[in-house]
Amino acid sequence: MKFAGKTDNYAATQNACNLCSPLGAALVFKGVSNCVPLLHGSQGCSTYIRRYMISHFKEPMDIACSNFGEHTAIFGGGANIKLAIDNIRSQYSPELIGIATTCLSETIGDDVPMFIRSYKEECEDKENLPALVHVSTPSYQGTHMQGFHGAVRALVETLAEAAETGDKPLLNLFPGMVSPSDLRLLKEIAADFGMEPVLIPDYSDTLNGPLWTEYQRIPEGGTTIEAIKSTGGAAASLECGMILAGEPETAGTWLDKKFSVPAHRIGLPIGIRETDKMMDILAEVSGNPIPDKYLGQRGRLLDAMVDGHKHLNGVKAALFGEEDLVAGLAAFCSEIGVIPALCATGGGAGRFEKTIKSVVPERIHRKMEIMEDVDFVTIEKALEKTGVDLLIGHSKGYAMSRRLKTPLLRVGFPVHDRVNGSRTLHLGYRGAQQLFDRIVNKIIEIKQDRSDVGYTYM
Amino acid sequence: MSSIPILKSREAQIHTKGEKPFDMTCGKHSVAGSVSQRACVFCGSRVVLYPIADALHLIHGPIGCAAYTWDIRGALSSGPQLHRLSFSTDLRERDVIFGGEKKLEAALDELIDHYKPKAAFVYSTCIVGIIGDDVAAVCRKIEAKKGIPVLPVHSEGFKGTKKDGYKAACDALFKLVGKGSTEGVSPISINILGEFNIGGEAWLIKEYYERMGVQVVSVMTGDGRVDQIGKSHGAALNVVQCSGALTFLAEMMKEEYGTPYIRVSYIGIDDMAKSLYDVAARFPDNPEIMERTRKIVREEVEAILPELNEIRKDLEGKKAAIYVGGAFKAFSLIKALNYLGMKVVLVGSQTGNKEDYKTLQEMCDDGTIILDDANPLELSKYIIEKDADLFIGGVKERPIAFKMGIGFCDHNHERKIPLAGFRGMLAFAREVHTSVTSPVWQFCPARLGNKEK
Repeated sequence: MKFAGKTDNYAATQNACNLCSPLGAALVFKGVSNCVPLLHGSQGCSTYIRRYMISHFKEPMDIACSNFGEHTAIFGGGANIKLAIDNIRSQYSPELIGIATTCLSETIGDDVPMFIRSYKEECEDKENLPALVHVSTPSYQGTHMQGFHGAVRALVETLAEAAETGDKPLLNLFPGMVSPSDLRLLKEIAADFGMEPVLIPDYSDTLNGPLWTEYQRIPEGGTTIEAIKSTGGAAASLECGMILAGEPETAGTWLDKKFSVPAHRIGLPIGIRETDKMMDILAEVSGNPIPDKYLGQRGRLLDAMVDGHKHLNGVKAALFGEEDLVAGLAAFCSEIGVIPALCATGGGAGRFEKTIKSVVPERIHRKMEIMEDVDFVTIEKALEKTGVDLLIGHSKGYAMSRRLKTPLLRVGFPVHDRVNGSRTLHLGYRGAQQLFDRIVNKIIEIKQDRSDVGYTYM
Repeated sequence: MSSIPILKSREAQIHTKGEKPFDMTCGKHSVAGSVSQRACVFCGSRVVLYPIADALHLIHGPIGCAAYTWDIRGALSSGPQLHRLSFSTDLRERDVIFGGEKKLEAALDELIDHYKPKAAFVYSTCIVGIIGDDVAAVCRKIEAKKGIPVLPVHSEGFKGTKKDGYKAACDALFKLVGKGSTEGVSPISINILGEFNIGGEAWLIKEYYERMGVQVVSVMTGDGRVDQIGKSHGAALNVVQCSGALTFLAEMMKEEYGTPYIRVSYIGIDDMAKSLYDVAARFPDNPEIMERTRKIVREEVEAILPELNEIRKDLEGKKAAIYVGGAFKAFSLIKALNYLGMKVVLVGSQTGNKEDYKTLQEMCDDGTIILDDANPLELSKYIIEKDADLFIGGVKERPIAFKMGIGFCDHNHERKIPLAGFRGMLAFAREVHTSVTSPVWQFCPARLGNKEK
């Protein structure tokens, strides 16, 4: 099938490479302990988002909805939101309800903060009232990433206090939208530096947990409200994402301004340099040297990179997906000789090209095409011309991969057609090791399969 | 497991057979704050029209609705694959302020020129009515310009339930009916309605009817084509599967064209056979049709029986829970499970009506839980209490079953294997068997507890 590419009057988005903002917010709220996300809009919003995330995480995904009806759209959603909070409380007894708006409730002009205030005032058992955190996520603004970062910021802004620190110095970690395995890794690293990490969000257990003995209304795990409160007293914040770092108002900058918690803003720690940067910051903040364990991991990674370098140098890859992930992957590719010949995202922060160019050596720039705010049809059109050896991105690139007969290495979100989306590691030396092994092996496999000889030594 | 509370406002939608007089409350808008497994009006329209493979499906609204329904179903096409792409006007903030009509018009213009579809469906999402776009006017304009039907689908998410979405889809479909010539349509002919060709099911069913000597004029909407729908009014009979989705269209065709309709189900041996016999009985002047039907049923059943009997040995006495979209499918599933020696301990649907629930409770044993518009907490509460070995539902129910160590069979539109027809019954049995007899359950903590009790 031939696709219509972008033309001057290009109006439709075909096979989008991004999702809507309430999804990102809902995911963040799933990473808070004893929290139920509530979407203020139509029933379909929560059902579609649940289904989409279940297919990736393969875990129960309760997301409530205020279930707009015609009446609600005319008279406003105030009554629905209050009823929804009541019903969530009586079924789930949550400590926090994370309320994200939708295109519908935003367009009719619902004043959710006012609804929340009046709910609190009218509430009869104020002691048992869960925390209510609101984030504005109109689906016509930004992508799921704006919803994600917006919800992180809303949690901090609503809950953070100027807390006393305990024995261990606190480290606020704003990891971005990464996998449960990545989240575990970050917590482990912070702990190894002798710090107490507060990870927002932390869905490593809530969305990648074991089987249950008894049904859990809200899956165990997640960042506690106490921990979120304590972020105001942390020694530092580490905020991951190069695109995010260009955002003037984030959880990290807010804490810096409000409580003078210094914000260290780096890219997603993918590959050697960005992980090194993270390690240096942690060493500085904690006052402890980089643990030997990580020097070992780094050493083994470099050794593997040398062993495999000939397979990769000059290999062309197309990277697509969420902006910060693509930026991280582009940086790593540049460290191992893979040319990020096409970097594409559905996001539209406006800093993509500059960011990508900043992590790729200048001599490579002319070999690259960088595309922001694009859909898969546009990406595929470009790839028909360019031609690459490998696609690196999420599952929605599979149809394109099949038509172009170019293998797809699955990373990020969503991974709907493999079982290990939650367990894919991207971050740190270990994540780089896994990515490296997967990329090299894929290239070897291609060579091997296309060879007439069938070598058994490669 | 009493720790899972039931909302007061939901109690009238949950019944235990035999406990008190049966009177199910249903057809209600979902309770705010309850995590309904239902979707919205848009979803109802989208599932019905989705399989029409030579039409353009343009979703007018912000990106989410299109992104979440891109290539979402296992509905196969023997030709064009246009339905598997996702098209959206991707409304942004300025469109919301200044209106989306221009963008819609440009999008239709461009997409129709490029893909040359036989028709275009334009789905309205939640905010379209609110920002005041006159979608119908844009559709009329483009229709005149391009010379193909361009049909607005009034599917704003909040304007009712999924069922209203079915109706909106049927309204759009009905505008296509009668557009074509009925030349070549046999007096012995049917339309297959409410069969979506998941995993190729419609192909199986169509083949049975054709072997009987009955012409199939159109399938709505599995492997659907605009031209076939256009001449569907020439068929002698509408054969409607599924609880509600296409019944609206059958009613409209009955009124406008006098086409009678019957309701059938292709799930399970009994209902599949009955679907063929019921159609044969509508052509009494041609007794050879009934003759052939008997032969087909005999041959098809003989072909699957030996393996079914083997499977049954392993499944005998196991307990199943069913939660599906339409109640009509639940009827067939109960029979199919009974055929495999299994006992149904929970049954529920998203969109059943009073009659449906009455039938369901008549089919069930005492103690069976019957639910309307259930949520994850209710479903988990009862599958655990009833110690089910198998849960039949869709993707949203799967993790509930798995966390508690219970086998699962996907019977929703996202599955990739045919579960209808005789061969579909065998595939269903294999699916159930594969999940229920897996050795992994022996390690699941929740099931260990139940076994010790």
